[in-house]
Amino acid sequence: MKIFRTHALVCSGAQCLSAGGNNFKDALSAEINSAGLQDEVQIVETGCMGSCEMGPMMVVYPEGTVYIKLVPSDAAEIVKEHFLKGRPVKRLMWNASGKEFPTLSEIPFFAKQTKLVLRNCGIINPENIEEYIANDGYLALGKVLTSMKPQEVVDEIKKSGLRGRGGAGFLTGLKWGYVASQQSGDKYVICNADEGDPGAYMDRSVLESDPHTLLEGMIIAGYAVGAIKGYIYVRAEYPLAVKRVALALKHARAFGLLGSNILNSGFSFDIAIRMGAGAFVCGEETALINSIEGKRGEPRKKPPYPSTAGLFDKPTLINNVETFANVPVIIHKGAQFFKKIGTATSPGTKVFSLAGKVNTTGLIEVPLGITLREIVFDIGGGIPEGHSFKGALIGGPSGGVVPAEHLDIAIDYESLDSIGTIMGSGGLIIMDETSCMVDIAKFFLKFTVEESCGKCTPCREGTPQMLKILQRITSGEGMPGDIENLERTGRIISRTSLCGLGQSASNPVLSTIRFFKNEYESHINEKKCPSSVCDMKPKAMENKNGKKIRVRKIA
Amino acid sequence: MEKIKSLEDLKNLRDKAKETLRTRSGDVKVTIFASMGTVGIAAGAREVLKMIISELEKRNFSDVEIIEGGSLGLDVEEPVLTIERAGTKITYGKVTPEMAKQIVIQHVINGQPIGEYVIARSKK
Ligand SMILES: Cc1cc2nc3c(=O)[nH]c(=O)nc-3n(C[C@H](O)[C@H](O)[C@H](O)COP(=O)(O)O)c2cc1C
Repeated sequence: MKIFRTHALVCSGAQCLSAGGNNFKDALSAEINSAGLQDEVQIVETGCMGSCEMGPMMVVYPEGTVYIKLVPSDAAEIVKEHFLKGRPVKRLMWNASGKEFPTLSEIPFFAKQTKLVLRNCGIINPENIEEYIANDGYLALGKVLTSMKPQEVVDEIKKSGLRGRGGAGFLTGLKWGYVASQQSGDKYVICNADEGDPGAYMDRSVLESDPHTLLEGMIIAGYAVGAIKGYIYVRAEYPLAVKRVALALKHARAFGLLGSNILNSGFSFDIAIRMGAGAFVCGEETALINSIEGKRGEPRKKPPYPSTAGLFDKPTLINNVETFANVPVIIHKGAQFFKKIGTATSPGTKVFSLAGKVNTTGLIEVPLGITLREIVFDIGGGIPEGHSFKGALIGGPSGGVVPAEHLDIAIDYESLDSIGTIMGSGGLIIMDETSCMVDIAKFFLKFTVEESCGKCTPCREGTPQMLKILQRITSGEGMPGDIENLERTGRIISRTSLCGLGQSASNPVLSTIRFFKNEYESHINEKKCPSSVCDMKPKAMENKNGKKIRVRKIA
Repeated sequence: MEKIKSLEDLKNLRDKAKETLRTRSGDVKVTIFASMGTVGIAAGAREVLKMIISELEKRNFSDVEIIEGGSLGLDVEEPVLTIERAGTKITYGKVTPEMAKQIVIQHVINGQPIGEYVIARSKK
């Protein structure tokens, strides 16, 4: 057996790679070789470590030293000082809370997180199945196949209270039960990895960093509902994710964990990848099913629901990546363990991609029930450049805004629902007083107008009308009655659209009107954008201290 | 790769694979501190370290982490090696590769410090 005294875990998530992580890794590898340390120091390419803004990142064990923002020319110094002489290179380390040599758990960004779904992300090599197995991977599958009846698996998921992480929060156990109860020989399991919410990348990270956890969850689901085959529907814009999932499938088959007669149990199940072209509507489950069948990606009328007549008109279980990723944990550690995390009706954790005006952006996993304040200020490190928190957009183009007065709201399904927003799939964008709420609403509505598939009239014709009004308001030509018009049109579209896309398209508008009506009014009545974002160009705003606030456009 | 045929096989594979990841868990029985200051290296600390790794490998012992440190200030005793096991730290001085080999076998793996090489001892 090969022992390495030092493990250098280099983040190879897509963000870190695009920030130049690959070049750093190559340089590091060259330096290690030229110092003759190749038998002592092992480079491990991991998936996303979460704090993407700090990338390219590397964690060195056994010390647990965290290096950030690495460039190829740093490699020589790290090898010479740290790997050879045991002196961590201070200038490259994450400078956190005055700690001289902080490890991951001492950095506030990581300290408040609870990692179930991302438990392996950034810790194992996603292209090495044995590292997944080392951390108890596929043991849940082994347990299910050797000691549980399919119905017992469904019951365990029901007991856990897990809710779908794709957006709507539907009870996963209930859904599994529906599909399991269908009398049909051919049933399917689909993993929804379309992830169309702009700016969100939770699912991509799981696929890139720990693909086997998804496969394990899907195989367990296949056994529980009695399916013969699974499909992973992933957008073609995720090439690294596709590559790593394909490799994981190959390895799982070679190890006898996927394919025919898994672990000699008599249960057979295989999984294939289907790539989508990146339309937002194809994340909607029935449109997704059409797309897999080779048809136009347009939603179907419901009922029948996929659980009775889905893919190829057969009973189909469709869940989100993160939902499946929770399954091995629940089976391995038990529903009781899972329920201890989170709240009574929203158990477990949720992964968010934290973006916008916070000091530390990145991928976080938090127990449900955590407050927004903790996310923004403890994990995200607060608002940069002395600005103040104005609101958080949660749920992307289908979601709404949480204003500053609700900063202490618990992040769970019911609480968010009570103020007119949704959990969504994990997009979380923080805004400060330089963000214009009308402009944000316009941004998301423009997205839905472009992504509307055109099948039903309210969504196809209604959303452009709302966008027209918003464009008018933000260019200083708003008229009295515009707000009421937006509200009325929005409500009609919500009630009459065929699928969730139209039904939720007006949420960002309605929610910003609810909490920031005064901003709409000053655009319309005073022809002024209070945050100086919109093109009407009033004079730059001054804050309490009389400081000019830089006008920032949303990225 | 041979297919895994039972839960037992899977668990065996897990146990084997776990060993290779131990360094990342911080959950080990023995910690070896190797003093790698300039003086240490000049006195042969690299050769000592290499011997330790190859001996651990030969004996399949992975319940250990190796931490490189700077000099303790004991330049005359370099290469200096400290072993922490069961809450006690024992420091050896003027370690040669041959001594390192004995230290791995007797102290690191079997828990018997080698008295004649010891220069300091402390409780955690
Ligand atoms: C317009 C639209 C886009 C959607 N996009 C996604 C998506 O990208 N990923 C996802 O998992 N669910 C998406 N959904 C939700 C799915 O229709 C479905 O509810 C979900 O995949 C069910 O999985 P879950 O129960 O595990 O959450 C979308 C829904 C709508 C209406």
